[in-house]
Amino acid sequence: MSQHDTVTALRRFGLGPKPGDMHKIASDPRGFLLSCITDKTAARIDNPDLDPSHVVYALTQEAQFTQRLGQLLLKEALKADAGKVAAAQAPVSSGPVSSATPPGAVSPAAAKPLTNGSPNQMRRDVLNDELAARIERAVTTDKAFVERLVLFWSNHFCVSSAKGPVRGLVGGYEREAIRPHVLGRFATMLRAVTQHPAMLIYLDNQVSIGPNSRAGRNRARGLNENLARETLELHTLGVAGGYTQDDVTNLARLYTGWTVGQVNVERSEPGKFFFAANRHEPGDISLLGKRYTDEGQRAAEQALDDLARHPATARNIATRLARHFVSEKPPAALVAALEKTFRDSDGDLSAVARTLLTQPEVWQQGPVKIVPPYDFAVSLVRGLGLQQKPGEIVRLAGLLGQPVWQPPSPKGWPDDDDAWMGPSALRERLRIAERLARDVDRNADPRVLAADLLGPALSEQTRQAIARSEAREQGIELLIMSPEFLRR
Amino acid sequence: MACTEQISLGRRQLLAGGAASLALWGFVPKGMAAGTRDPRLLTIILRGGLDGLSMIAPVGDPDYERIRQKLALTREGAAAGLPLDSFFVLNPSMPFLHALYQKREALAVHAVSTPYRGRSHFDAQDVLESGLPGVTRADDGWLNRALAGLSIAGRADPKGLAMGAVVPLVMRGAAPVMSWIPKAYGIQLRDSTVARLMDLYSQTDPKLARAFAEGLDIDKVATAQAAAAPAAAPAVQPGQPPTPRPFRDFVDTAETAAKFLSAADGPRVGALSYNGWDTHANEGVVQGQLANRLSGLDAAIRAFAEGMGPAWKDTVVVIATEFGRTAYTNGTDGTDHGTATAALVLGGAVKGGRVIAKWPGLADRNLYEGRDLAPTLDLRAVVKGVLRDHLGIPAGALGTKVFPESRGVEPMDGLVA
Repeated sequence: MSQHDTVTALRRFGLGPKPGDMHKIASDPRGFLLSCITDKTAARIDNPDLDPSHVVYALTQEAQFTQRLGQLLLKEALKADAGKVAAAQAPVSSGPVSSATPPGAVSPAAAKPLTNGSPNQMRRDVLNDELAARIERAVTTDKAFVERLVLFWSNHFCVSSAKGPVRGLVGGYEREAIRPHVLGRFATMLRAVTQHPAMLIYLDNQVSIGPNSRAGRNRARGLNENLARETLELHTLGVAGGYTQDDVTNLARLYTGWTVGQVNVERSEPGKFFFAANRHEPGDISLLGKRYTDEGQRAAEQALDDLARHPATARNIATRLARHFVSEKPPAALVAALEKTFRDSDGDLSAVARTLLTQPEVWQQGPVKIVPPYDFAVSLVRGLGLQQKPGEIVRLAGLLGQPVWQPPSPKGWPDDDDAWMGPSALRERLRIAERLARDVDRNADPRVLAADLLGPALSEQTRQAIARSEAREQGIELLIMSPEFLRR
Repeated sequence: MACTEQISLGRRQLLAGGAASLALWGFVPKGMAAGTRDPRLLTIILRGGLDGLSMIAPVGDPDYERIRQKLALTREGAAAGLPLDSFFVLNPSMPFLHALYQKREALAVHAVSTPYRGRSHFDAQDVLESGLPGVTRADDGWLNRALAGLSIAGRADPKGLAMGAVVPLVMRGAAPVMSWIPKAYGIQLRDSTVARLMDLYSQTDPKLARAFAEGLDIDKVATAQAAAAPAAAPAVQPGQPPTPRPFRDFVDTAETAAKFLSAADGPRVGALSYNGWDTHANEGVVQGQLANRLSGLDAAIRAFAEGMGPAWKDTVVVIATEFGRTAYTNGTDGTDHGTATAALVLGGAVKGGRVIAKWPGLADRNLYEGRDLAPTLDLRAVVKGVLRDHLGIPAGALGTKVFPESRGVEPMDGLVA
């Protein structure tokens, strides 16, 4: 066991130590990490105050109907008689959504504050609650490795709250489609994310219509390939995974009908995955040389299962994991080991995580990768015992270029250092360090903190710089900004 | 103190070789003949869907007042706009823009739209910024591809400028971009900490040292006093009231962008975006929400124009939004997502003083899908005109690389003087 194992365990595979953590795991850092993944449900957040995403969807949709109905009524009233405007406004401004609840709407949580205000306000409120829950977990957890797996997979299968309707669903998406599966089977997670309304909306599959389907023959709209393209390029095979444009189009055909239940669509449950048979492209479709007979929803599910098992998928996932956790240019042996485990275990992500933690390569290299903004903000709060509210962590991560749940494209956040080392980024990290250092316990000695948080990674130069600092706050700033703290 | 000496040495060593300037970023000054233009281009994206009919109001349209009711601007009276021509008035919250217009340094393009015809902000911004004909979730934008095209033309600026930590899609891509991050907290960095940190990095982590040094140099540019030379842009309306607080960041961002783009060896192409144009309720055209934002935008334009100093004469600013809003007002004194809208092209290099439009009319039968101002001009034609005539990007590249699959969209002539 190398001296640096504690650092590797808590920083490379964690979100930075809390005070005392280094000491706690010092006797067996590798064993500590492995113990984090024995409970396969460790990533779940079961918080009764957080609504399932289908409930949020249904309630915001109700509110939207009500708002539109109100506008319509008012417009009619304006047209009919300008003098009666005041009277017509009454039903609009009185506002309880129940007055215009469309048939089939969900209303168990109707008494909650969620139902107040505009649909946009509701989505923002839900988003804030979800962010708070996620950050609370990140800041307090003792199994930070599991949280890192969530961050990895949530980024691998990212959606963005920048798209309005996704805003209220993104938190639920992570809790429902990512967290239960990060130590489960890849194929299960792949299906869960691909059928989740947040993904179907983010990548436009809910508007995709088979050209020869019943719905397609009646309207001008047609196939939308976004989800199919990203499934192949990002989620499974990878960009060099050997598929063609025909495969993209054919997977898009297989996906037709995969949509989201609506309050006004019969037999559908609002906000849940719904197979709209009338949009489904009829006929057999081939993908990557295999023919899928038309069985409605089942055909695409079959195709996804096959994609999950494809050797190119194993390679793609192995490479991305190694890049994320170890190095931009990961050791070939590590990638090969991850790939083999993925294939041999039929995509058992627990087994893959175990391989990641037990390969000698990951323990040999010192800190390399820049800690990205969100993880940086979380590690500050964890390490320095700060009381910053979740909103502040969200704000800081956004300022440094990583707004939570708002990646720039379906590719997700980049995994290279350059992305986080833009010219003014380090300077802003220092400004954050200067500000937060003021909130650290007045009795804390920066030299002791440095030894506690950086452990054996603390270099002689950093130790000296902190020891020679002209004030306590400056010592803490230098600790936060030291290469050992900025890299992992 | 001994260690202080060591610290300053470390920093000096790092910045040795005359690198303690913008040259550190690797900017190559353009080898342009004296007397020719050294063009600057700033693109401002207004997110949320700007109501073009309230910024540039068609008071000459017989249906305008009827459909806009109390949101309508007028030629005279309490809701009077600033006169542009016989047909259009400018929102009264934009006196500086009006002065530029009168100096022929600003023009508006109306009833203009991207090729996108849906009503989702997200998708519309995707099309506006990617420059592609449809929604693709692309991860590079037309301004970045144009920047890459600049090196083809032998007039290379290695980096583009993005204001804000998150580079807007329009500026993302293969060509390198430097992003300017606004202050996380309103505190001054302490010199002593900066020096000690630089010393630590130079001993232990050269990559961090380089990045940190670059950031400090940028800081110097950004905090430098405005150029001593008198601003070339006109100072209008002395005693103009200060910008309302919430829009102070509009102004700060624009001011800082000017510092970079006007620097002799600074970037030449930049992008920034302003949020908050989604005025569904209580739009407040003369007073209120939209008026405040337009006034913030006007102040930002002014700050940028004045900050550019003598370089203003070589500058073009394009201001565009993802879509317009419904022609009719809705039941909550606002407007909903629409289609065509107005865009602005301004700067010392612009042949301004006019509103360019093929006016479709606001009669019900002329509205797009019976509800929106109908698009009669393609925004890509406007941008292409600027990129071709201002940056010298060949029309061929514009139709294939910068705006793929758009060969049929001719660059608009005569936007640049």
